[in-house]
Amino acid sequence: MAIASDPIAFTLAEAREAIRSKAISARELTAAHLSAIASGRPLNAFITETPEHALASAEAADARIAKGEARPLEGLPLAVKDLFCTKGVRTTAGSRMLDNFVPTYESTVTRNLWDAGAVLLGKTNLDEFAMGSSTETCHFGAAINPWRARGSNSDLVPGGSSGGSAAAVAANLALAATGTDTGGSIRQPAALTGTVGLKPTYGRCSRWGIVAYASSLDQAGPMTRTVRDAAILLRTMAGHDAMDSTSVDVPVPDYEAGLDAGVSGLRVGIPKEYRVDGGPPEIDALWAKGAEWLKAQGAEIVEVSLPHTKYALAAYYIVAPAEASSNLARYDGVRYGHRTGNSGDLLDLYERSRAEGFGREVRRRIMIGTYVLSAGYYEAYYLRAQKVRSLIARDFSDAFKRCDVLLAPATPCAAFALGAKTADPVSMYLNDVFTVPVNLAGLPGISVPAGLSSEGLPLGLQVIGKAFDEATVLKAGRAIELGADFRVKPRTWWKAP
Amino acid sequence: MSVDKDTVRRIAKLARIAMDDAQAAEMEAELNTLLAWVGQLSEVDIENVSPMKSAVEQRLKMREDVVTDGGYADDLMRNAPQSEGHFFVVPKVVE
Repeated sequence: MAIASDPIAFTLAEAREAIRSKAISARELTAAHLSAIASGRPLNAFITETPEHALASAEAADARIAKGEARPLEGLPLAVKDLFCTKGVRTTAGSRMLDNFVPTYESTVTRNLWDAGAVLLGKTNLDEFAMGSSTETCHFGAAINPWRARGSNSDLVPGGSSGGSAAAVAANLALAATGTDTGGSIRQPAALTGTVGLKPTYGRCSRWGIVAYASSLDQAGPMTRTVRDAAILLRTMAGHDAMDSTSVDVPVPDYEAGLDAGVSGLRVGIPKEYRVDGGPPEIDALWAKGAEWLKAQGAEIVEVSLPHTKYALAAYYIVAPAEASSNLARYDGVRYGHRTGNSGDLLDLYERSRAEGFGREVRRRIMIGTYVLSAGYYEAYYLRAQKVRSLIARDFSDAFKRCDVLLAPATPCAAFALGAKTADPVSMYLNDVFTVPVNLAGLPGISVPAGLSSEGLPLGLQVIGKAFDEATVLKAGRAIELGADFRVKPRTWWKAP
Repeated sequence: MSVDKDTVRRIAKLARIAMDDAQAAEMEAELNTLLAWVGQLSEVDIENVSPMKSAVEQRLKMREDVVTDGGYADDLMRNAPQSEGHFFVVPKVVE
């Protein structure tokens, strides 16, 4: 295997090999990433850096390696979205509400990573409570995309809500990162930063210990620089957990082992409704190229229809805020989280603590959710949205009678300027037009970098699979990766000269 | 359907979010934009369609009816904004 000379340029698989062959120590590998994080601060990718914790874990990893007791991710430094509770490490969800929250427990997904030997570098930036598509709604400031348009010095958003994880992985500040995806929050930032993002099937990874946004949609997944790395990380993150009654007790395959099996004979569906009128033609052109790459590797291309696609976003913006309004009812200024310093009675304490603790987008979604669940409106909005959700899920199961995976664009456009879409919520929501239907149906989807826009910014293609068939999704994603041969890296403008 | 200022105030009360007049007026406009936009769902034929309540088709697992958790009151209190011993402190509720 060709090994990168700079340890921060390693893929996760290469770093694993370098650690195993003792070409580099876990401490050296971790120190190199900590130094990259320090010089990467202009990206605002991290909310909390954990250098002492990281070096201590790396030294413990080196001790295990010396004893021949290395575990699957031994000594590999990772970043974690600041939505996963980490014991003893501040977990903010990007909100003033949780500014000082230090969990006394560990989320199951991160527990799985540490039990496999991985090293925590820090907690990454995100939209507040994962509500957003640009990582601009965070209380701690916006995360910045390492990519800039050709010839431009303007800052762009990294997508969201897992924008800090995406920026960290794209800028080589971490070998890989965790994200969560409720309506596209892994796949959309991955597409906008030239990285790989996988949203597993709902129920594949435990949600226990992840700050809840919309519980019937939230799912954790890996964000990496290669499809192989996503396969490696998912295997450790996934698995049944008695603490999450919606996590499903099915075997977790060795995704990496089947990765290079090829796509010969694979039936790839092209959903015709994913063509958006008036969208940039380069998105359609890239999509057609993706189909050609798969065809050239032996796949069969079939046109399919997902007739209710155009209603997915509207259904999502009823279901998700409804669930959010219930989930976020727990923030009361009494048991944990922000408490106003200025209250009269108990009701006043609740109302002021929540008004001060939640940002504008979060307040808006709680209000919408409260409204659609309130007496007299439940049937017109919430129940209707749940029925439309059934139709969207049925569209997918009908399509999968004719194909094994679907190929679609990941996003309707490349990375955009900070502030470009914050004034108009609906224009921001439209970023997730190709990803939201997959969450509503609970299916796995991966975004793989596939090319550059006319401005020199990365674009992603999305592979969507059947429930619990991440293995095929990863295999098809690998075929896209081979076809695209995407090797462009962002200029490292954030490093001081 | 659209909301007026009184409805916004009522919803804010239900959601336990303090809101001044300027914020309520802004929220009214934003909610009406969003409600008009999600109104497109009214054109979908949902006759005889059952609501999708869960993304995963499985029977919930049963477990033994025994205590499996608890015994860490100190941990539970650790992030409390105001506490005394193992009690959360709130403004006086009962005169």
